[in-house]
Amino acid sequence: MALEFSPETLKKFEETVARYPKKEAAMLPVLYLAQQEFGCLSPEAIEYVATLMEQAPARVQGVVSFYTMFNTKPIGRHHIQVCRTLSCALGGAERIMALIKRKLGIDLGQTTTDGRFTLSEVECLASCGTAPMMQINDAYYENLNEEKTEKILDSLK
Amino acid sequence: MSFGIARWRTAFFASIRPNKMEKILLRNIDVPDFHRLATYESAGGYRSWHWVVENMKPAELIDEVKASGLRGRGGAGFPTGMKWSFVPKDSPKPKYLVCNADESEPGTFKDRLLMERDPHAVLEGTLIAAYAIQSHTAFIYVRGELAFGTTRLEQAVAETYQAGLIGKNIFGSGYDLDVIVHRGAGAYICGEETALLSSLEGSRGWPKVKPPFPATHGLFGCPTVVNNVETLAALPWILERGAPAYAALGTEKSKGTKLFSVSGHIAKPGVYELEMGYPFKKFLEEDCGGVPNGKKLKGVIPGGGSMPVLRPEEIEKVNLDYESVQAAGSLLGSGGVIVMDETTCMVRAAWNIARFYAHESCGQCSPCREGCHWMEKIFHRIEHGAGDPADLDLILNISGNIMGNTICPFGDAAAMPAAAFVKKFRDEFDAHIAEKRCTLRVE
Repeated sequence: MALEFSPETLKKFEETVARYPKKEAAMLPVLYLAQQEFGCLSPEAIEYVATLMEQAPARVQGVVSFYTMFNTKPIGRHHIQVCRTLSCALGGAERIMALIKRKLGIDLGQTTTDGRFTLSEVECLASCGTAPMMQINDAYYENLNEEKTEKILDSLK
Repeated sequence: MSFGIARWRTAFFASIRPNKMEKILLRNIDVPDFHRLATYESAGGYRSWHWVVENMKPAELIDEVKASGLRGRGGAGFPTGMKWSFVPKDSPKPKYLVCNADESEPGTFKDRLLMERDPHAVLEGTLIAAYAIQSHTAFIYVRGELAFGTTRLEQAVAETYQAGLIGKNIFGSGYDLDVIVHRGAGAYICGEETALLSSLEGSRGWPKVKPPFPATHGLFGCPTVVNNVETLAALPWILERGAPAYAALGTEKSKGTKLFSVSGHIAKPGVYELEMGYPFKKFLEEDCGGVPNGKKLKGVIPGGGSMPVLRPEEIEKVNLDYESVQAAGSLLGSGGVIVMDETTCMVRAAWNIARFYAHESCGQCSPCREGCHWMEKIFHRIEHGAGDPADLDLILNISGNIMGNTICPFGDAAAMPAAAFVKKFRDEFDAHIAEKRCTLRVE
């Protein structure tokens, strides 16, 4: 098999599984470990997780495809996720999205050729009082306007 | 005993009923470093947890919370103490307590605030609820996107283990409790309790048919209680001051206080804590500063994206409690208040909400899986000038066929707002269809 966890990640895997009452309950945390280690959950990564979790690859694939935070293809260093749900839409999320598309020259679901940014549109991120907003990797950027959004993008290398 | 004094003081203060409501959930939200155990404890934190483990039997604790009148703050409003009492006492299976921190209802951001700024209150509530049902393993299921809140809760759990507040033989009582912070991975449906449990079992977040209810057949088929973050965060105060102090607040059937997340076209958006039964109009105009820029109110969603929109004339006499909002034709839900001014295109708003449900439907039940996408397409074509006069009745027909015909409340949550937008703003929909364009957008 091509893919394997490093010894450190394998240790984390064992610790994670040990905390849960049943092994299968550790599926999401283990998939996060795999995504972090391998960059994305490719068919090979899914097969490896299936072996570790003692489950059929199809079952693991079914879990991966259900959740939006698992990426089956490589993404850019900075994953921009712009909220599009009602409160952000009322606050001008469409303008923010248009600016990002224009500035980066990419459309939804695409990655810049230098691998710096991937652009996505997401549903409500529980930041409606500070709309419009976007999430880049784990960080929230709130109360956005065009000028602020531009500065944020420029600051990310 | 300091607790006796605290309770006496509350009875005294309750009797004089100050004008300015005492905050329960947000009382420490602006205190610097309140996410640290030392700060939380210096403000009296974990005294309730000590009190419960050292002095209370689980049945007494359940009775106390029943007497407080606390109801689930995730949206359904089910009495918390009663939910706990459904867990069988003599089951040979392990029992589980799950804190539902999967906040994703459109327009709702109160749980996120509590997790980030007062994580120990959420945790202490989780511990108290676990003790009530005699669970030895509690989970906090946090929405995957909320990385900061997850970190704060993980730190809080690590601190309490270190301080001996959780783990084995807590305070020498013989009671053991472990807490696991579990991160979701992006799926609105996992906020529904049976979907959450499927997800926690390592599967797709598919809701399960009820009955059997989680109280008897929950996580891995074991007795399980799922409580919302805000519900749990109220417990330390209730135990500290006593059930009567909490029950003295609010209305006859909606006790205590509730958090409201206010967003959209409003001067002062944010999270507010109100005594149940507070007048809606006064809240929007005085506390939240009203609709800004001299604009008029066009519509307001009172309880998160799943709930029917209300017209300005419909909120005139509404109070913010479960019964009053229901009587007005909507529901209090999560308390996510989305305000829309006169410039808002209601067709576009309806499309936005319908698109949300089309994206988030788990796909198990045909009426929801098919109906949500169908409604989204119809709203989209009306907004983009390709609507047909028969489309509006079609929306009402589809939403009527989803309502009550799915195994979880998601179907209703998609159907109710769609029908409400059409019924309450029919003129605007008709104009879009007749003029074959959005009548409010300046292109």
